[in-house]
Amino acid sequence: MASIKFDNIGKSYGETEIIKNLNFGVNDGEFMVFVGPSGCGKSTVLRMIAGLETITSGEIRIGDRVVNNVHPKDRDIAMVFQSYALYPHMNVYDNIAFGLKIRKMPDAEIRKRVKDAADLLGLDKLLDRKPKALSGGQRQRVALGRAIVRNPSVFLFDEPLSNLDAELRVQMRAEISKLQHRLNTTTVYVTHDQVEAMTMGQRIAVLRPCTDNPLDTNLMQCGSPMDLYDRPDNIFVARFIGTPRMNVLPARLSDDGTEVELFGGRMPVSDQFREAALRMRGREVMLGIRPEHIGAAHEVDWRLTQPLQGQVEMVELLGHEAILHFKVGDHVLTGRLASHGRLPTPGDTITMQLKCEAIHLFDPVTELRLR
Amino acid sequence: MADIKTKNHLLLHVVLISFTVLATYPVLWVLALAFSGQQSVGLIDLPKDPGFIERFRSILPMPAHLSVSNFTEVWTDQDFGRWMWNSAVVSLMTTMLGVFLACTAAYAFSRFRFPGRNTGMLMFLVSQMFPGTLMLIPLFIIIVKWLELGNTYVGLVIVYATTAIPFCVWMLKGYFDTIPYDIEESALIDGASRLTIFWRIILPLAKPAIAITALFSFMTAWNEFILASIFMESELNYTAPVGLRFFVGGFSSQWGYFAAGSVIVSLPVVGLFLHLQKYLISGLTAGSVK
Ligand SMILES: Nc1ncnc2c1ncn2[C@@H]1O[C@H](COP(=O)(O)OP(=O)(O)OP(=O)(O)O)[C@@H](O)[C@H]1O
Ligand SMILES: [Mg+2]
Repeated sequence: MASIKFDNIGKSYGETEIIKNLNFGVNDGEFMVFVGPSGCGKSTVLRMIAGLETITSGEIRIGDRVVNNVHPKDRDIAMVFQSYALYPHMNVYDNIAFGLKIRKMPDAEIRKRVKDAADLLGLDKLLDRKPKALSGGQRQRVALGRAIVRNPSVFLFDEPLSNLDAELRVQMRAEISKLQHRLNTTTVYVTHDQVEAMTMGQRIAVLRPCTDNPLDTNLMQCGSPMDLYDRPDNIFVARFIGTPRMNVLPARLSDDGTEVELFGGRMPVSDQFREAALRMRGREVMLGIRPEHIGAAHEVDWRLTQPLQGQVEMVELLGHEAILHFKVGDHVLTGRLASHGRLPTPGDTITMQLKCEAIHLFDPVTELRLR
Repeated sequence: MADIKTKNHLLLHVVLISFTVLATYPVLWVLALAFSGQQSVGLIDLPKDPGFIERFRSILPMPAHLSVSNFTEVWTDQDFGRWMWNSAVVSLMTTMLGVFLACTAAYAFSRFRFPGRNTGMLMFLVSQMFPGTLMLIPLFIIIVKWLELGNTYVGLVIVYATTAIPFCVWMLKGYFDTIPYDIEESALIDGASRLTIFWRIILPLAKPAIAITALFSFMTAWNEFILASIFMESELNYTAPVGLRFFVGGFSSQWGYFAAGSVIVSLPVVGLFLHLQKYLISGLTAGSVK
């Protein structure tokens, strides 16, 4: 087992910088999830940990050791590829055993470990099959088995579930979480699916493609799922985590800094923003509010609310609830309705309530959370 | 409507059958000669004043009587066995050397980025564009005069392998390129070295391409005549194609032996092809990556 530490990591391909100023750590035994939009460099970071990609600048440590120039095979890691990358000419047993054979483990020990892994993953009946004759989920499990038999100090997963159907994905999600919990192995898990990130990660690192600014970094925020959800550090994280996405609107702080003005209404600033709001009194801010904090008056019992009147644009029915898109002024807001009442139709005028304690405030220039 | 269709069909078949006859006629003729038990090219003796039937009979590849004497005599009365042995040694050595060098080179060309990579591949292609005879004199000077490898197996093997390798490298590189790199990275993380990956992952997956390459190298050496006839001076060191030519050279015209020898010479290639055929299957990498 081992921790992983990134010390000012940078990576460029020729002139293009892909990763910049990456500083953070994964604790021993932790399940860390990298999320971010496509092309933000998640795979690149993972591959740098694995040693499949050279590091342009900075240091990566696994445990106490700087591994910048350590060969992948000497890093004591196991990786599950986005594409599984099974050995097509070997059967399931040999696929799982390959890494052990290479390391010259005694045959009896190999047999035992492969058997244990196969039992755990429900592959015991498939050991003689070639990958060609397996379903997607089974291949996925072989790839997983190949990683766990090695009993490495770090697991790396690169979007391992992205090619499975929805049901299998949910099932495998639980299996991987359970497995990691049991083995207690340091794990880095890459995904672009924020639901996967929220449900699996002990901590989540949100990444973004970096800009030309030399001080910029790809890491937007790193914290526990609820941290990211309840206290997003910036607008990017606020909008990336949570579906449907958070509403972000321009608003203004009152001249005494105790209230936020939105669409002509006024709401008190909550405790966590009090100091910052005082500093920025009279200025423009960005206000963030999650859709579940905009509801119909008769459905919610929030203490402090602010009415918002607008025109219904669209209603998405999800069964247990409905997502309501409505237009206030020039802005389309997203709110939530219990779907069992009478639902409004597009064009209706509707009044929704906004939960005042749930607002987030961001600086409009730096896009950082006010603090 | 149906009439036009039948007509077209008929026409198509007439054309196809003519080409088939054209392609098989020489082969049938050689077979007929081989089993005729005689040495002359004419299979039947025409009377002084032949009628149409007799003329027609004379161009049919049908021997007057069947006999395997040509086959037995090339082995017993002639040095044919020795020549076959020479050919076999030279061809097998060429195949092994050629396939080994081509595999390693193609792997490097496919997977590593190094200066001169594209130029190298291009040069291989360019070298294939010169007619072989152009190389005759330089090769003779290098192999026979400088290296003094005239009249030896090694001399021929070197020349054959170098002529076969460029094609083999192109062929194999193209195939290696289709093997997903993920598989190798996965093996790398599993703890395999480059060499292990090459032996245990890449080569097994490249079997179809290697089979083709092996067949090609073997045939390059097995069928070659000109270089062998120049390099191999003593009759004992002739390869089979050179030996065959010996039967119908300036002073002899033993067409029967020639034909029987040709049939025998073609058998190993056919055998090798049938053997390698089982490797020529597609989809070896199926199921590895999605
Ligand atoms: N060899 C390369 N040369 C130049 N740019 C590259 C190279 N490999 C990757 N990139 C760039 O690096 C960026 C990060 O790629 P990476 O594969 O890490 O993204 P990702 O976050 O894993 O995306 P996805 O979710 O689509 O897998 C991309 O913008 C990509 O275009
Ligand atoms: Mg990726």
